[in-house]
Amino acid sequence: MNPLSVVVRTICDIFAWFLGIFGAYVIIHGHISPGGGFQGGAVVATMAALLLVAYGGKKVLSFVRPGIYTGMEATGLLVFITAGFLGIGTTFFYNFLAGQGGLFGSVVPLGPNSGILNSAGTISLMNMAVGLEVVSGLSLILIYMFKGIRLFEGREGRSERGHDR
Amino acid sequence: MKRQVLFVVAVLVVAGVFLGALARIHPFGDTTRAPMDDYYLENAQRERSVNNVVTSIVFDYRGFDTLGEAAVLFTAVCSVLALFREGSEKR
Repeated sequence: MNPLSVVVRTICDIFAWFLGIFGAYVIIHGHISPGGGFQGGAVVATMAALLLVAYGGKKVLSFVRPGIYTGMEATGLLVFITAGFLGIGTTFFYNFLAGQGGLFGSVVPLGPNSGILNSAGTISLMNMAVGLEVVSGLSLILIYMFKGIRLFEGREGRSERGHDR
Repeated sequence: MKRQVLFVVAVLVVAGVFLGALARIHPFGDTTRAPMDDYYLENAQRERSVNNVVTSIVFDYRGFDTLGEAAVLFTAVCSVLALFREGSEKR
């Protein structure tokens, strides 16, 4: 797939930053506002799709290293399982950080309130771990499927053409 | 002609079933309260110090389910990588 026109690339330059920041916001504020690791991770992974479509595979794949994504995905799942196992003194997936002070340990007041970012214990940690895993996992799926399309390209003598190559 | 009649009869039957189900649907906003729901709503903020009760259920009270979801995603990514890897049969 070749890069699309300059209009598409300009819009992509604007919206890719917006997607990254908005997805990070949804992941980090998962214990206060609607959303969480899965949703925010999907939003950030949309950035990979946007870049692949707008700039073409050759340019994006030249500076994306899939090994980093693989490591990020394994790290996310390992942090998630470790945070579940660390509360095994009480039960599996016990929230041992909540309300203890320190990291993610602030106590929220009862009733409606505006929320404290440094609260919710392992819920925040697990949101970030799952977000890391979803971002890297969906980006890996997109990148590898894109590579798989290129294996079949030009077999029937036709190739897809974009604008100003 | 026979197939068209059959098609119309099938559509009428399906529409009748759906309309009948719609007439008996549970009214919107009329919640059936269970003791478990009340427990989550009253104790999530005090026990887990989290404002978002939905997140507290997904990641804490029912965290084991979320572990399964994450494992499903990991397995899907692994299978896609195995399917689309560049092997020796590359043309």
